[in-house]
Amino acid sequence: MIKAVMVINTQGKPRLAKFFEYLPLEKQQELIRNVFGVLCSRPENVSNFVDAESIFGPDSRIVYKHLATLYFIFVFDSSENELAMLDLIQVLVETLDRCFKNVCELDIVFNYSKIHTILDDIICGGQVLETRSTEILRAVEEISKLEAAPNAITLIPKSASGWLSR
Amino acid sequence: MGSQGGFYQSKEFLDLVKSIGEARSKAEEDRIVLHEIDTLKRRISEPDIPKRKMKEYIIRLVYIEMLGHDASFGYIHAVKMTHDDSLLVKRTGYLAVTLFLNEDHDLIILIVNTIQKDLKSDNYLVVCAALNAVCKLINEETIPAVLPQVVELLAHPKEAVRKKAIMALHRFYQKSPSSVSHLISNFRKRLCDNDPGVMGATLCPLFDLITLDVNSYKDLVNSFVSILKQVAERRLSKAYDYHQMPAPFIQIKLLKILALLGSGDKQASENMYTVLGDIFRKCDSSSNIGNAVFYECICCVSSIYPNPRLLDSAADVISRFLKSDSHNLKYMGIDALGRLIKISPEIAEQHQLAVIDCLEDPDDTLKRKTFELLYKMTKSTNVDVIVDRMIDYMISINDNHYKTEIASRCVELAEQFAPSNQWFIQTMNKVFEHAGDLVNIKVAHNLMRLIAEGFGEDDDNADSKLRSSAVESYLRILGEPNLPSVFLQVICWVLGEYGTADGMFSASDITGKLCDVAEAYSSDETVKAYAVTALMKTYAFEIAAGRKVDMLPECQSLMEELLASHSTDLQQRAYELQAVIGLDAHAVEGIMPSDASCEDIEVDKGLSFLNGYIQEAIEKGAQPYISENERSGVLNMGNFRNQDHHEPSHGLRFEAYELPKPVVQSRIPQALLPSTEIVPVPEPMYPRETYQTPVPSNSSSAGSAELKLRLDGVQKKWGRPTYTPETSTSSSTSQKTVNGAAQVEGATTLNSTRETYASRKPQVEISHEKQKLAASLFGGSSKLEKRPATGHKVSKASSHVVEKSHVPKSSKEVASEKTAPAQPPPDLLDLGEPTDTSTVPSLDPFRQLEGLLDTTQVASAANGATAASRSPDVTALYADTPPVGIHNMGDADLLSGLSNPSVTNMPGATAKPQLTQSSGKGPNPKDSLEKDALVRQMDMCGQRDCHINMIQPYGIGGGLKIQERAETLVLCSI
Repeated sequence: MIKAVMVINTQGKPRLAKFFEYLPLEKQQELIRNVFGVLCSRPENVSNFVDAESIFGPDSRIVYKHLATLYFIFVFDSSENELAMLDLIQVLVETLDRCFKNVCELDIVFNYSKIHTILDDIICGGQVLETRSTEILRAVEEISKLEAAPNAITLIPKSASGWLSR
Repeated sequence: MGSQGGFYQSKEFLDLVKSIGEARSKAEEDRIVLHEIDTLKRRISEPDIPKRKMKEYIIRLVYIEMLGHDASFGYIHAVKMTHDDSLLVKRTGYLAVTLFLNEDHDLIILIVNTIQKDLKSDNYLVVCAALNAVCKLINEETIPAVLPQVVELLAHPKEAVRKKAIMALHRFYQKSPSSVSHLISNFRKRLCDNDPGVMGATLCPLFDLITLDVNSYKDLVNSFVSILKQVAERRLSKAYDYHQMPAPFIQIKLLKILALLGSGDKQASENMYTVLGDIFRKCDSSSNIGNAVFYECICCVSSIYPNPRLLDSAADVISRFLKSDSHNLKYMGIDALGRLIKISPEIAEQHQLAVIDCLEDPDDTLKRKTFELLYKMTKSTNVDVIVDRMIDYMISINDNHYKTEIASRCVELAEQFAPSNQWFIQTMNKVFEHAGDLVNIKVAHNLMRLIAEGFGEDDDNADSKLRSSAVESYLRILGEPNLPSVFLQVICWVLGEYGTADGMFSASDITGKLCDVAEAYSSDETVKAYAVTALMKTYAFEIAAGRKVDMLPECQSLMEELLASHSTDLQQRAYELQAVIGLDAHAVEGIMPSDASCEDIEVDKGLSFLNGYIQEAIEKGAQPYISENERSGVLNMGNFRNQDHHEPSHGLRFEAYELPKPVVQSRIPQALLPSTEIVPVPEPMYPRETYQTPVPSNSSSAGSAELKLRLDGVQKKWGRPTYTPETSTSSSTSQKTVNGAAQVEGATTLNSTRETYASRKPQVEISHEKQKLAASLFGGSSKLEKRPATGHKVSKASSHVVEKSHVPKSSKEVASEKTAPAQPPPDLLDLGEPTDTSTVPSLDPFRQLEGLLDTTQVASAANGATAASRSPDVTALYADTPPVGIHNMGDADLLSGLSNPSVTNMPGATAKPQLTQSSGKGPNPKDSLEKDALVRQMDMCGQRDCHINMIQPYGIGGGLKIQERAETLVLCSI
């Protein structure tokens, strides 16, 4: 199963962290720091896999992908296939990309809850649930629509002027 | 920003993120966040906050918590939000609680009701949000509350809901298998779901279930195969394609499941061959995901009943992986190779160069994976190269976790495959030097034992050579600063035991070094203790050899310091040392026989040798032994009734009555003693005391001992004062115990009594028998790869279990019994001897009995002079058992007999001597020699020669370096 998904920027700031087994806050922070420590010391052009047993305990591996200013990190155990996990990161990134049109770090920060929604669609309870980005997008759109509907809550404008006016 | 509709964020949040992003230091960031927390705390508890505002606050809290700051003040608000009717707010609430809370949090109880309600909602998005929360927040106790709804949802019209319901059920299963065991059939049902996505999701729980219990799912093999076939043939809609691969994630999951189901099952495996072959043929090798499927196929092929054609395909893919430029693929290739060589070891040959490349790779992950592979490929022919490499790598890394792992692997390989003792000791020295504090202490004990026993080669010459080389290397290594404690312990022990054995080094050399160690590592008491004991042994050997002992001044000052040490252990050792030095050669030889660390100390815990005596006593009307538990109930009554008789029931607790009893003058110091003398009281400390004062009362041991004790003890305690003289002797001994030298004294007494026993003979005989047994067990086993070192391991492991094993199952497993009373002697006299207590083939208890019967008579005569005249036979019994081993030379033979196989092994191991020698990593790496050896070797085996030529085309940079070749060859021979 997948133990955690993290997105950390190249300065070591966490942008997204989701642990599928509960861990206390301090532990989460420690893990994020340790993972970042390992990743930033890795040279370019090496494999995307890291042995994570010293960080996450026995039977844990890390697959990461370095894209622009972000590290996308999946932590999982031996019941998953490393290359497939790498592609799962790809699925996530592709989905984000379609969702935000050329996704960048800021999109992830500002659309924090949306990212979580997407992730919840892809992975549920630590298992890969959905890998079709179109399908994920459709679900997210649907939620957006419903949440934006007047009966859910008064419509909130999405334009920048919308928030500046407040 | 591309934020849309419901996922709106406010300017404040934007500002927060921005300012945090611009923070120059952690302190600044913390300040900003703390300020934000203050603001939120204030605002969030204001009444009548608009819902969207509230939602944003919660998102900000989540964000803050992700940055590592406590946001627990807002948890309750998140919980409240889940109760909200609006989808937007509710979903945010669920998101927040799944991130904030764990399944055992107090607030969960407030959510369960909401979840129950939401699971029944008409809106599938609400249901999905609730199911997400279920996966994260429901624990064993709350499962029943939501289980019915979740099961209902398995038939929900929306496939997204069905998928999540399956996941929730899977989660329940992970948390508490019993609570959903009756629902497991649902997973099978959902496998036939119309929606491939749901079917794919079902594979996750099925994979877990099959991992645990393969046999119950064998009937599904055909279903899985046909699903995989359909997927591979692109029968699924295009929507499931990912990078032109048909549903690769489902394929991977299926392959994993098939690997489990086909493992060791020929019939099931045969059903899979076709589809696996198809995938090998059709799969797209250009994409990453295609390679993932390939890799999974290899795993499957190597797990199921082997099929040569598929293995060939797998080998092809592996070589493609290994030749690839991508580190990822190389990594997968190495991993796959590791799986495949279990089935067809010969394929490693083709890839030697690639493997060596990976070993040199800058990528740490790849390197480690390669070491893992090498670890699996190690044989006695290549062990030195591999272990050498591992040690080099171990030295180069800082990661303690991995260092520990690789050190233990080195040790394991060295123990299993060591080509020579010399090499083994050198290797262990390196491991200890660089990772000493990380390796298990048992490893140190094994090394000490190995040095003490040798590899069992018959001639003592080799053993003593081994020892002197060890001593020499240790004296050299001691010059290095900051050695790990464990290593120092080994060094001290070896120096103490064998430092002066070969006469190369004088006692003053050795003691000087030992004093240096004790001084340099003065904060480490264990090391100090080892050093002191080693000093004692060195001096003892000197005295025994009739040489005059001159204590070095530094040694003297060390002793003075230790005599006043705060550590009672060190103090005691110092006193012991002092006492030993004062003794004459004969006595010293008795206490500290040289090179006797491997000899057996046998304790018959059940005291079965007393059975005859008990029988006799019972026949004469004695009461049988009543066990402790039974006894405690009857205790008081018995006491009173039997006070005046010397009845067996006196073996009860009498302490309470002792004090008031007036004692004769000479008995005064006895105050502490009586209990030990008479009664077995189960406090753990007694055995020790009883040993010190050679009055043997065995606690908690069998009734036979009790009987005997009782008679003497009772007489003395409750009887007439005729026994006073004897008590006074024992009390005098006990008095000395206080000042720490007693056990030395005690030991001497024991010793002198023991000397008179004729108990040696029978044991020698046994050891011959055992030798034969050992030879017959191991003699024909020239194929055995493992060295006797493993034998030690086994015997050690089994002997660690303190239990009876009167009938040795095999000479290998013979474990000497150890009981509490037996252990103290080596412990007290020599901390450096943990090895000997734990080794060892046991002695036949019956033989021992015979020996005892012989000796008792002699002993009773001899004893009067020494000490415990009161109960000579008992003393003998007890005194005898522990030291017997120390004196029993027959054991040495036995041990060497045990390790005989190594001798028989030798031909096998040396069959390819050139190979090992020529490998550049051998003990004497000289390039010219290497080349020479290489040439010779190429001449020798033409096959290898041609192989090298074949490999050369894709060798590194055209020209192979000689060392690489050497390694190639080593791998070759695998």
